[in-house]
Amino acid sequence: MEDTGTRSFVERLLQLDRRWIFLGIALAVVVPFLVPGFKMRSGVVSPRTQSIYDTINGLPAQSVVMFAFDYGPASIPEMQPMAVALCKHAMSRDLRVIGVAIHPQGPLLGGQALREAAEEYGKQDGVDYVNLGYKPGGAAAIKGIGTNIYKVFPTDLSGRNSATLAVMQGVRTYDNIDFIVALSSTPAPFSWIAFAHEAYGAKMGVGVTAVMATDFYPYLQTDQIVGLINGLKGAAEYEDLIRHPSYGMLGMSAQSVAHLWIILTVIIGNIAFFMWRARTRG
Amino acid sequence: MKVQVPIAICFIAGMIMLVKFFIPHYWSDRLEEELLNWARIVGAFALVLGISSLLRTHVEKIRRRRRDYGYSFVTLLAFIIACVLGIGWGLDPPSPFDWIFTYVFAPLDATMFSLLAFFVASAAYRTFRARTPEATIMLLTALFVMLGRVPVGDMLAPHGLFVAWAAALGFCIVWAVYPWLRHHTGQAAPYVGLLIIVAPVMVAFSLYLAQSASETTEWLMSVPTIAGKRGIILGVALGSIATSLRIILGIERAHLGGGGGS
Amino acid sequence: MEPGEAVATGMYYLSGPVIGTGVAVLLTLAIYSFLYADNPVYKFAEHLFVGVSAAYGVAITYHMAVLPLIIDPLFRPQNTPSGQPQYWVIIPALLGLMMFSRFFRRYDWMSRWPIAFMMGIGAGLAIPATVQTSLLPHLYSTMQPLAPMAEGRLDLLTGIDNLLLLVGVVCVLIYFYFSLEHKGVFGVASRVGIWFLMIAFGAGFGNTVMARISLLIGRVQFLRFDVPEIFFPPSP
Repeated sequence: MEDTGTRSFVERLLQLDRRWIFLGIALAVVVPFLVPGFKMRSGVVSPRTQSIYDTINGLPAQSVVMFAFDYGPASIPEMQPMAVALCKHAMSRDLRVIGVAIHPQGPLLGGQALREAAEEYGKQDGVDYVNLGYKPGGAAAIKGIGTNIYKVFPTDLSGRNSATLAVMQGVRTYDNIDFIVALSSTPAPFSWIAFAHEAYGAKMGVGVTAVMATDFYPYLQTDQIVGLINGLKGAAEYEDLIRHPSYGMLGMSAQSVAHLWIILTVIIGNIAFFMWRARTRG
Repeated sequence: MKVQVPIAICFIAGMIMLVKFFIPHYWSDRLEEELLNWARIVGAFALVLGISSLLRTHVEKIRRRRRDYGYSFVTLLAFIIACVLGIGWGLDPPSPFDWIFTYVFAPLDATMFSLLAFFVASAAYRTFRARTPEATIMLLTALFVMLGRVPVGDMLAPHGLFVAWAAALGFCIVWAVYPWLRHHTGQAAPYVGLLIIVAPVMVAFSLYLAQSASETTEWLMSVPTIAGKRGIILGVALGSIATSLRIILGIERAHLGGGGGS
Repeated sequence: MEPGEAVATGMYYLSGPVIGTGVAVLLTLAIYSFLYADNPVYKFAEHLFVGVSAAYGVAITYHMAVLPLIIDPLFRPQNTPSGQPQYWVIIPALLGLMMFSRFFRRYDWMSRWPIAFMMGIGAGLAIPATVQTSLLPHLYSTMQPLAPMAEGRLDLLTGIDNLLLLVGVVCVLIYFYFSLEHKGVFGVASRVGIWFLMIAFGAGFGNTVMARISLLIGRVQFLRFDVPEIFFPPSP
């Protein structure tokens, strides 16, 4: 594919400056947001998302759910809508919500999700929900909750003695936590499955970025997790289920257009490649 | 002293954890609880250690006046200011550190990673080629999953996606088996025969299933993908058990590589 | 001052969220400038990110680990679950400090102690956890009935899925088994294993593309929805 001065159309297509491809994908994402009235909903709700929704829906009021916010700002677009939707669902059902993190960047984002939901449902920090913050050690932190949560989280994120908080009354180990959802952009949910579910029998669901999703499908088939929320689409599905459209659902039209665009470019790239190969061989 | 003690520490810590698993008792529980607390404390230092090595490289860069060393001042200054605010005034909102997190750290991190959208688009265009049957089925599966994971997939292909994927699989199988058949039989007839048998069977079966784009994707991720991933999971599990044993028994010492002397 | 009044007098535009959003927009654009070409503005933003990110790690470790796990048990026992001072946390604290001996060539052997401790704990936890989590459940779930009955009738489709799963896992394991030459039946099986892996990688790649696009969508949503909301608040 040497540049001989007069390159064929096919060769130019194959050697396209990558900035044109950048521009293409930028337009595919931006334009759907500028077209008024171009809105897709979440599409078909995956049975995996549905089962997490059903589990939370089936818990009686004042049950305790724990959300592990194990993601950083890099995955806000995928994870935050999911976290907000879950918090809203739990609080709308009058459940007690405990936020934890074994990823150092999670607690502040988890706090934002909890506050956003709490404002909507008039819930009180320390009474209806608490953000216990982050603990290092990964598996050591998760396993520790199995014997005594206060040993792992003596204080919450704002430094209050966690044992004295109303929301924590009667909570000591996984036995007192009815459902855990590990939200993550990292392999952290594997540790939650190993050290919360397998070691102490905690009931678990997982919400992950789409990159991680296929890694967790085998754990669905073994029933180690009851459900899985997969990326922005999963967040959109959850928003649809709780009837609170937000960033997840707003993103679906752009996501659709961008996927179609990439599929198209892959097809064009392949046609150009085979045309070029047929020509150079022939 | 320099090697024996660490190996002993590793052995004792590992054995306590193992023994506790097989002998759950009040005292072994307490011991484990305590050791896990120690691990959390030591783990905290490990995080800070990583950060300090990073900062050292920037200090070094400035000291040696390497190329673009001016930017290292930005890093160090930002680090010092944010550290003072974070340690002094806490993290909970409303705090200065929460402001930095929300308006500086989060947008930078999120935008930095969103660059990957551009790079993945470029990589897909430039390198995703249907050169072999294996590469083709991977490519087609990727495209079908991309279609099935967005709402537009069900609008465009309410019934046909599984049929298309199955037909593509049939085609790829024939493509893969053809050279082998020709090598062994020396003629092209089996190729045609195979095509006549494989493709219609798969299409007929998939028509019978008539799954939508999202159902097809769900099936692809629930059956063949699980099979592929599970092979890896089982392999990794066996490997990790073996490595853990080697670490506890002091056979594996690569992690003790740091530090001179013997 | 009421929010509406603040907007009217312009004081609103000096508030933390408004200035912050302005900063966030500038930084977002600074990073995207890299897509055209590397440049000083991008480099500035990148180095700022590294500094703030490191500071975040230090601050969170201080507030969430050093204070509650070391300082409180030693000096402020009223904040701990037991209410009693616990002096033995000095041991892990010292072990942790020994990690920093890496920076001094003469004493860097000391850093092996805490590393050995962490590796020992990790390995000891990993063995039973791996058997319980990744090995046994996945072996069981691979061996599912090939002719399952549902409500008294043969559930053919589930049977086919279970067969595919079994064949797939066995073939992938054969592909990863290198002690025997991949020839004959063994070779065919390992080839089939590759196909299952390829489908898994394809599904993984499709999801990866999806995730990356979502990240970009998030930033566009910030610029399209969040920024106008902050900069042009609804007038009172």
